Amino acid sequence: MKSAKRKVYLDHNATTPLHPEVQKTMRLAMKNFGNPSSLHAFGRAARTKVEGARETIAEFIGASPEEIVFVGSGSEANNTVFNLLSCASRCGGTAFCKVTPEIITTRIEHPCVLETAACLEEKGIIVKYLDVDKDGKVDPGKLESMIGEKTVLVSVMTANNEIGTIQDVAAIAAICRRKNCLFHSDAVQAVGKIPLDVRRIPFDYLSFSAHKIYGPKGVGALYVRKGAPFCSFIHGGHQEKGRRAGTENTLGIIGFGRAVELRAIEMADEARRLLGLKERLKAGIVKNIPDIIFNGHPTDALSGTVNVSFGGAEGEAILLYLDLQGIAVSTGSACASGSLDPSHVLIACGMPAPQAHGSIRISMGRDTTKDDIDYVVRQLTEVIRRVRSISAVTNTGVEK
Amino acid sequence: MSDWLYSDKVKGHFMSPKNILLDEKSFKEDGKGVIGNIKCGDEMIVYIKVDRKKGVLTDVKWKTFGCASAIASTSILSEMAKGKTLDAAYNITSKDIARELGGLPDHKIHCSVLGDKALRAAIDDYYTRNGMFDKVRKEQAHVICQCLGITDHEIEDAVLEGARTYLDIQEKTKAGTVCGKCKEKTLKLLEEYTEKHFKKV
Repeated sequence: MKSAKRKVYLDHNATTPLHPEVQKTMRLAMKNFGNPSSLHAFGRAARTKVEGARETIAEFIGASPEEIVFVGSGSEANNTVFNLLSCASRCGGTAFCKVTPEIITTRIEHPCVLETAACLEEKGIIVKYLDVDKDGKVDPGKLESMIGEKTVLVSVMTANNEIGTIQDVAAIAAICRRKNCLFHSDAVQAVGKIPLDVRRIPFDYLSFSAHKIYGPKGVGALYVRKGAPFCSFIHGGHQEKGRRAGTENTLGIIGFGRAVELRAIEMADEARRLLGLKERLKAGIVKNIPDIIFNGHPTDALSGTVNVSFGGAEGEAILLYLDLQGIAVSTGSACASGSLDPSHVLIACGMPAPQAHGSIRISMGRDTTKDDIDYVVRQLTEVIRRVRSISAVTNTGVEK
Repeated sequence: MSDWLYSDKVKGHFMSPKNILLDEKSFKEDGKGVIGNIKCGDEMIVYIKVDRKKGVLTDVKWKTFGCASAIASTSILSEMAKGKTLDAAYNITSKDIARELGGLPDHKIHCSVLGDKALRAAIDDYYTRNGMFDKVRKEQAHVICQCLGITDHEIEDAVLEGARTYLDIQEKTKAGTVCGKCKEKTLKLLEEYTEKHFKKV
């Protein structure tokens, strides 16, 4: 097998390239070195830019600017929300002052939620985990019956990073409202890909990030509904109205603002276009490769995400053979994870481990073309044929 | 430093694996070893042909459901073993393979032990098929933790999967979590297996 020159990036759920317009804005913004907290002209110039970005981002999700807190990443946004429950001062208000509060979350959350939840469990907080069905969907009815008197927070991700499944967050938010508990959603894979408006869906907290939507890395945002309890996670200066200490990442925030501005223009058309490419990719795989299963919800899913399992083929080997052909994808195989466990998301969907080990995630974006998809189908067909010819097993785990 | 994930040698064997058994039907092996468990993601089959008079491996073929490291390490093992006497082939260790490959990351060592284990199983299978039972060296597992019936093999697997402290071993295998009398023995094995698989050469 020879290496190819062509490069096709299909890992947009991991991160996206900077939008050329964002690059332009950020290059110009590099001269705004002032500290936004400074009162002089240099500081004020930076402050104006940061607040402009805040307004753009707030407007995009139907919030008011003071409800947006800039943080360092989607992970930090999620940690900040979960930290509210162990914050000794519980300064935010009444909701968290109940004895041994309970949280409900799902088994398919990002590790930054699951690991933080596990950490809270060690501190004596009760965490209940909602199961999902085979497509990765949460049953809102099941959630409703799980919510008890002590439940203070429900956290359900809007769209899953691995399989793309989108939850019925409107129904979940309504239940939380009715049951008088707070609702947080990790919307890192959703904001900027699907329309979300906090005036229509009563989220209390919403986490999202710039680098998943053609913005820079190292900057995220947390929407905090006005009146929702809050304690800062990082203590220090008075930045972000005392809610997140540390000098603002001005360059990142300016890039984030520009990226969101562009999303408002491009998102709808792109989603339609990606859905077409997704159909083309799935049809190409079905036509050329036997013994495959698509993972995730068939319709309630991100338009750019395809997750597929190939029977009898191991994911890391598939990924690295594709890499040699210039194609970048990701896998749920344990061999690629550094741990020995396959994707917790696929396992939570009830998938047998071998099928999870043979899974590949292809996530498309604004630069992906039909031509790319046809190239991927051709290469994938060849790679799967190759990996299967080496394979000691079929997808059933039975020796050939 | 290569810009690839593993060494250039690994890349070479991954791109062009040697001695894969592609035509199973017409290949009449003298011994076959199957190792691994699809549940943990790995499955390895090694097939050997033996020159009976000389006691030498004339062919070593394989198949795997495994990652890049498993593919590369078995590919290189098949080349290392071919032409060796059965005894010499039996003594090839995962460390020999990793050295030959120009090193593997620690979390990938467990992938490379599959090939040599399967090769030893194939050689034992050859002896068994030919009634040479006295030659079979298949190691018996010894129970270390009497309370829970945890064996030295399970402790070795835990070390391969990354356990480096007594606590790690307890977490992975539950050994020593009842009466705790096996702590000394377990600690000794921990040292022995870490040395065996991970000590830099």
